[in-house]
Amino acid sequence: MSELICKDLTLGYENNALVEGLNFHVNKGDYLCIVGENGTGKSTLMRTILHLQKPMAGTIEYKDGLKSTEIGYLPQQTLVQRDFPASVREVVLSGCQAKMGFRPFYTKEEKELAKKNMERMGIEKLAKRCYRELSGGQQQRVLLARALCATEKMLLLDEPVSGLDPKVTADMYKMIKQLNDDGISIIMISHDIYSAVKYASHILHIGSDTFFGTVKEYKKTKLGRLYLDEEGGRENA
Amino acid sequence: MLDTLAYYIKFPFVQYAIIVGVLIALCSSLLGVTLVLKRFSFIGDGLSHVAFGAMAIASIVNVSVGDKGAASGQNDMLIVLPITVISAVLLLWTGQNTKIKGDAAIAMISVGALAIGYLLMNIFSTSTNLSGDVCSTLFGSTSILTLKSSEVWLCIILSIVVVVAFVYFYNKIFAVTFDENFAKAVGTKANAYNLIIAVIIAVIIVLAMNLVGSLLVTALIIFPALSAMRIFKSFLSVTVCAAVFSVVCALLGILLSIIYGTPVGSTIVAVDMAGFFIFTIVGKIGGRA
Repeated sequence: MSELICKDLTLGYENNALVEGLNFHVNKGDYLCIVGENGTGKSTLMRTILHLQKPMAGTIEYKDGLKSTEIGYLPQQTLVQRDFPASVREVVLSGCQAKMGFRPFYTKEEKELAKKNMERMGIEKLAKRCYRELSGGQQQRVLLARALCATEKMLLLDEPVSGLDPKVTADMYKMIKQLNDDGISIIMISHDIYSAVKYASHILHIGSDTFFGTVKEYKKTKLGRLYLDEEGGRENA
Repeated sequence: MLDTLAYYIKFPFVQYAIIVGVLIALCSSLLGVTLVLKRFSFIGDGLSHVAFGAMAIASIVNVSVGDKGAASGQNDMLIVLPITVISAVLLLWTGQNTKIKGDAAIAMISVGALAIGYLLMNIFSTSTNLSGDVCSTLFGSTSILTLKSSEVWLCIILSIVVVVAFVYFYNKIFAVTFDENFAKAVGTKANAYNLIIAVIIAVIIVLAMNLVGSLLVTALIIFPALSAMRIFKSFLSVTVCAAVFSVVCALLGILLSIIYGTPVGSTIVAVDMAGFFIFTIVGKIGGRA
């Protein structure tokens, strides 16, 4: 069963279409990596899936019990957050806001959920620390815990490892894979094509050529081979 | 010195001034953190200039209606408050989508309103002491010492509304300030909360204009928040500290101005500044330890 189906999507700003005729779907438990060069509309696609902007054409359907607000989101760091005085606990707890509606305060269950997710991410010892004083990897864990408070169904990650050192990057990928194994569907934007083909089950490549399919299929295509070789060549150089 | 204080404090107008001053200081500190973090520090400034323009319009309307009597205070409020609220909504709510971005829009509206206000006052004013009127609107006047009990009650009611609204929406305000996109993605009506924040700010500014005048309103909003952020690390502790800081400074400022006969508004702001430097030094020392 597909949780998310995108049909004939055209994305862009004002009258500039970045991507046209995009078709793909995400099944429960899938791990989809979105790859492609800069400026091809990866972030625009993500914003559209999250309802932060409207598609220029086409539809996005949420199925299999997934509501459009049940997608946890791990954004890239914003400028505001760099000097925001907030404790880790406050940030994680704010993930529960979707469940609140007009209720002004958090319930005991929501506080429990926040605690559980902090433990899951291994940051329970940091609960009282200030968010802006944490390392990049720790901050990402905090934001992941927040996203998990919002949903147990689907996570959308926008370049979760950018700016992290290799060891922390590897830990982050393992942690995401673990969440995927727990049954959470993952959609991730990534520049790191090797980790994408290593961990993901499906690849969506957008750009001048578009591809959607499993990792196995992707490796066989001309596009995939080209892209993998090119990246490999660059790394060896 | 204490004798002077004890002498003055018996008068009801001094008591009114202290009550109103403390309430305004409390309200204005609450949203400071949000404004500073959203890079909207100057919104207070912009809105207060709008309120100045609105005040000019209000005084003209009052002159033409002809009753410069007891009701004029409330008439002013009836005109100034809606105009400021509408401007706040326009600035905060639609500001992100328009062609003219936040800070430029604020600067434009702010100086525009200031100019129009002064122009109108010049053309229509019947007062013999125009520059005195303008000066007292800009820098706060002695009007805080001439409050009527009805105005004090109005201030108390509005303050209660502001504090209750802030506490009620506290968690939402945190979420929307910290990460608006995330809040929107999980279904929080971020725009609605931005609207509420805008309205609360407008009310606070109109209230605070009585105390420190329209040029100095921004100080009441940002100094407590900035000071608290030097020392405290969580949103809750910063908010509480800012409120306490603001109330203490306002109280000190009012008492000092009574004892030494200095202008109320600028004395409070001077105390706020002193507090900020103390907090900065404490923060530096504490950070190193």
